[in-house]
Amino acid sequence: MELSGLFSYFVFFLSMVSVYAVLVLGLNIQWGYNGQLNIGVAAFFAVGAYTTAIVTGPASDNYLGGFGLPFLVGLILAMVVAGLLALLVGLITVNLRSDYLAIATIGIAEIVRLVLKNEGWLTNGVRGISSIPGPFDGLSGITEGMAYLVTLLVFVAGVYWICERLFRSPWARVLRAIRANEDAVRAAGKNVLLFRLEAFVLGSMFMGLGGALYAHFVGFVSPGAFDPMFATFVVWVMLIAGGSGNNRGALLGALVIWAVWTLSSSMIDALADIGLLPDQLATQASALRIFLIGLLLEIILLTRREGLLPERPPKAIDRAD
Amino acid sequence: MIEVENIVKTFGGLRAVDDCSFQVPRGSITGLIGPNGAGKSTLFNIAAGSLTPDSGRVLLDGEDITALPAYRRFHRGLVRTFQIPHEFGRMTVLENLMLVPGGQSGERVPNTLFRFGRVRREEREVRERARDVLEFLRLTHVSDELAASLSGGQKKLLELGRTMMTEARVVLLDEPGAGVNRTLLGHLAEDIRRLNRDRGYTFCIIEHDMDLIAELCDPVVVMAQGSVLTQGTMDEVRHNEAVLEAYLGGGAAKEAEEA
Repeated sequence: MELSGLFSYFVFFLSMVSVYAVLVLGLNIQWGYNGQLNIGVAAFFAVGAYTTAIVTGPASDNYLGGFGLPFLVGLILAMVVAGLLALLVGLITVNLRSDYLAIATIGIAEIVRLVLKNEGWLTNGVRGISSIPGPFDGLSGITEGMAYLVTLLVFVAGVYWICERLFRSPWARVLRAIRANEDAVRAAGKNVLLFRLEAFVLGSMFMGLGGALYAHFVGFVSPGAFDPMFATFVVWVMLIAGGSGNNRGALLGALVIWAVWTLSSSMIDALADIGLLPDQLATQASALRIFLIGLLLEIILLTRREGLLPERPPKAIDRAD
Repeated sequence: MIEVENIVKTFGGLRAVDDCSFQVPRGSITGLIGPNGAGKSTLFNIAAGSLTPDSGRVLLDGEDITALPAYRRFHRGLVRTFQIPHEFGRMTVLENLMLVPGGQSGERVPNTLFRFGRVRREEREVRERARDVLEFLRLTHVSDELAASLSGGQKKLLELGRTMMTEARVVLLDEPGAGVNRTLLGHLAEDIRRLNRDRGYTFCIIEHDMDLIAELCDPVVVMAQGSVLTQGTMDEVRHNEAVLEAYLGGGAAKEAEEA
């Protein structure tokens, strides 16, 4: 591969890591801080992506669109819609203990996927929505990619900053206490359900933001892009491998796991190219990738049970850093 | 003052609490004793709001609080501890206490993001208060340890400490002495008495350690089979025939009388 190709690949790689970083930080608020087993990350991811695609995308006879709203408004609306969906789901499920919440969120994700697939007037069904504008469409090729990468990094930094500030706040202290023992938190006079709902909604809003950032990055969304493997499983592996309850761990997890995920695919392609891998196996190689990620997760869990960067009690907020 | 009136609670066919009524007078340290299965903990859970009674009322200072959820009773000054320590294991001892005070502005997300100065100021005050409590309980040396690493007795002290982070008026202690070694138990009893005397806390204590009850409590309420058997000072209760029978069986009561 020539150098410029390598560079643009690198930009693409970091952009995807950034999108995932936002998703993982969102999940960390739910699972890391509060112990909520949300197995429906894909739903909020997809809703965020579709929201911005519809409100900023081109007009079409086949589906809703043509509002021509700017990029930033798209992002905000994506967060709002993902947050509203989370509020709706949360009001129903907030009373549920972790494993029941897991089952409920799987159901929600499936419902969202089916709606995206079947409500063609809204989403263009399986054909998806294309030509979603990016904020730097005027720029050419790699410059556009780099400008968008910088934008993504600014968003990652912003979300990270908010998550860290919250982690060190009394708010997250209550969430962490709920994770350990709900009854005792109730006995300390806190409205447990309200805190749990807040964490669920806020985490989901970040997932919606991640979805919107993704949509403007790839310029095309379809139901296939949000299958549970790509949009839920990988996010969970990133958080657990990186270290749940640790925001830096969330970022590191996004980087490491996405590296393994993409490199494994390049490696498989390369092996097939030089004929080391029979064609028949090469077509099944994507399954091998999932196997590799699973194996890596097992190794991390066996050797570093709390992830690469384990959770630590936060530094006091009233002291200087 | 807290009163329970005609409380009934059944679990399936079992009448755990059966038409039980008594009062915890203001400023007292009231003991609640009885053999295992007498319904003490169930009654406690009902008083604290963790369980809803089938019938009967719970009154706090004359006001009916039967329908209030646990977290609202807390804000009325009714605080409880747990028989099995409910510490937050992956939080520091200091954090375990700092969690408790109600109405911290940093518990609201927008305040944390946009009114950071105020959150920070309050946090400093809460931290000071938590340090005072730890000093009172002689736990200063473990302030920054994770609560999971404390000994059983220290966890019990931490339970008591949580009640001290509040404006509590009535504190329900569920077996504060269980699993605590003698030295620490001495501390605990002293702490309870100091809180009662100096800060005006009213206590209601479930306990199986009769020495602790005898040392601290007046009056003592005896429960058996879901209702109140008798009440009075420890001395009166100790010589009550019905109590001996409930604890030791009929024969033993007779023997005790003869002895």
